[in-house]
Amino acid sequence: MFGLEKRDTTLLLIVAILTLFAPFILNPFPTGSGLAQFNAGYPDLMQRFVIFGIFAIGFNILFGLTGYLSFGHAAFLGVGSYSAVWMFKLLSMNVLPAILLSVIISGLFALVIGYISLRRSGIYFSILTLAFAQMSFSLAYSVLTPITNGETGLQLTLDDPRILGASATADGSIPVTNLFGLEMRSTYQMAVGAWDFQFNIGYYLCALILLAAFYLSIRIFRSPFGMMLRAVKSNQQRMNYTGLNSKPYTLAAFVISGMYAGLAGGLMASMDPLAGAERMQWTASGEVVLMTILGGAGTLIGPVLGAGFIKYFENIFSKINDNVLHGWFSFLPDGLEDFVVFIVHPFIGKGWHLTLGILFMLVVIYLPGGLVEGGQRIHGWIRGNKRGDASQSKTNPAE
Amino acid sequence: MGILEVKNVGKRFGGLQALSDVNLSVKENSVHAIIGPNGAGKSTLLNCLVGKLIPDSGSVMFDGQSVLGRAPYEINQMGISRVFQTPEIFGDLTVLENMMIPCLAKRDGAFELNAIGSVMSQRDILDKAEAMLEEMNMLEKRHMHAAAMSRGDKRRLEIGMCLSQEPRLLLLDEPTAGMARADTNNTIDLLKQISDERDITIAIIEHDMHVVFSLANRITVLAQGTPLVEDDPQNIRGNPKVREAYLGESA
Repeated sequence: MFGLEKRDTTLLLIVAILTLFAPFILNPFPTGSGLAQFNAGYPDLMQRFVIFGIFAIGFNILFGLTGYLSFGHAAFLGVGSYSAVWMFKLLSMNVLPAILLSVIISGLFALVIGYISLRRSGIYFSILTLAFAQMSFSLAYSVLTPITNGETGLQLTLDDPRILGASATADGSIPVTNLFGLEMRSTYQMAVGAWDFQFNIGYYLCALILLAAFYLSIRIFRSPFGMMLRAVKSNQQRMNYTGLNSKPYTLAAFVISGMYAGLAGGLMASMDPLAGAERMQWTASGEVVLMTILGGAGTLIGPVLGAGFIKYFENIFSKINDNVLHGWFSFLPDGLEDFVVFIVHPFIGKGWHLTLGILFMLVVIYLPGGLVEGGQRIHGWIRGNKRGDASQSKTNPAE
Repeated sequence: MGILEVKNVGKRFGGLQALSDVNLSVKENSVHAIIGPNGAGKSTLLNCLVGKLIPDSGSVMFDGQSVLGRAPYEINQMGISRVFQTPEIFGDLTVLENMMIPCLAKRDGAFELNAIGSVMSQRDILDKAEAMLEEMNMLEKRHMHAAAMSRGDKRRLEIGMCLSQEPRLLLLDEPTAGMARADTNNTIDLLKQISDERDITIAIIEHDMHVVFSLANRITVLAQGTPLVEDDPQNIRGNPKVREAYLGESA
């Protein structure tokens, strides 16, 4: 289907089902129950899942296929956000031109940075991209204040021109982002028994774009271009002595992944029309590296899983506090309860980074292929067991 | 005029004159061996031919065109393929994919942005790659990871990859170094078969005299960066100068 092999079609369908039914899947616990805080099915967080999924899918095209580890991809995300917000300020609140501009501008930006950084490989390439991203961050933070509004961040105001739209709505407030009139923030609430499911226009736009981005990445992975990118990672020397110029291949991969990052940045600004320099900071660049490795670099679905995993931790684990813990462990005797809470305390709330760090270490050490490898092992284990049963049942009659 | 003409090539690394005044003419469809003791400059010369090094002086002409100043991929596209001392293959890719890459390079050139079409639906590339694997006797290994193969198989694969580009000149850098006797003999047979059946020139750098004398129909002896003699194998065998270069003056 869609020019894909059966396995890839299945993968695409799985991702489609996961994203389209996310409001149900991420809301398994009834509102008001003790476990409701583990629900992630609210628009804000779901949008973040898919936007960072897109970011990681694009990063994986560069890192997963060519092995070039960029430590500055957040710069493209930031550039995409700024472009989109400027489009909202100058043109109209329609998200389509904003997203298009953010993809184009970040692509051009990636072309320049990639052209220079790709003169080196390995650690030097990583350092160059990191330096460029930090330079972009500093520029956005201070020197380029007229364009980026410095540390306050770029925001919409009532006196923006918006030549194709209105500067202000009838009641004097800033108009909201929309797609031909469909407001990004509008949410349909569906109450089923104790559950409360939320369907948000903005989320579904992001989800459809994620599906398109994922589909495109499958096509790239299976194309001759994708094979050349894997050849770059495997043996550049052999490639150059096989009549192939590896430079334009890596540059094209860099630009494509920069455009994915710009798309993610544009979507971020479309959901919440502001852009700040901190989006370009090196920690943001590091985050997408973690997502890709945690999920499984070089695999198709890995980056999406990694992005979801990390964003879930960031938003859910960080909200657990000591009161919640006391609630959980209240069945224990008093002294023991305090002790357990004391032990668990560093890993929750603001300490969620610690939990994530430990998980990341465990994954890298025991599952170098990331969550995808974990899934494959479980799958293989189940199948192995089944086969074991089958062979037993076969031998039984003979005995 | 040979297909490869090296004239007065010199190359200096700091205080070491690695090559001086090297002249070499490789005739079309011959098997030309370049031999010499360690440090004679054989590998430096080879690197000057494929674009890895640029000589300080002299000229290198392939089929009437200068190769100097061109990148390795450009020289390869001109028709020179190189086999490395330790097999250089795409270890993370399958054997079939390894064979498809040179076929794609031959068809599409040094760069082609085809990011949408499926590579496994390129019938012409698949057929060509599978035919070459068949010829190399490794079709049944096509779904194996290339890195998991034995050294002899890796060597066969690398030679096959080079051949699938239909080069006019095949350069081999000590292709049997570190191989067991049986693997060495297999490689000799393979190379013999290639030079008999194909319209191809082979230049080979080799240490092993058994390999040299079973394959070459022309030999250049290099010593201390300069060619000592260039002659037919039977004359090289008895040449006192060659003995001296290899064994020292006392011999």
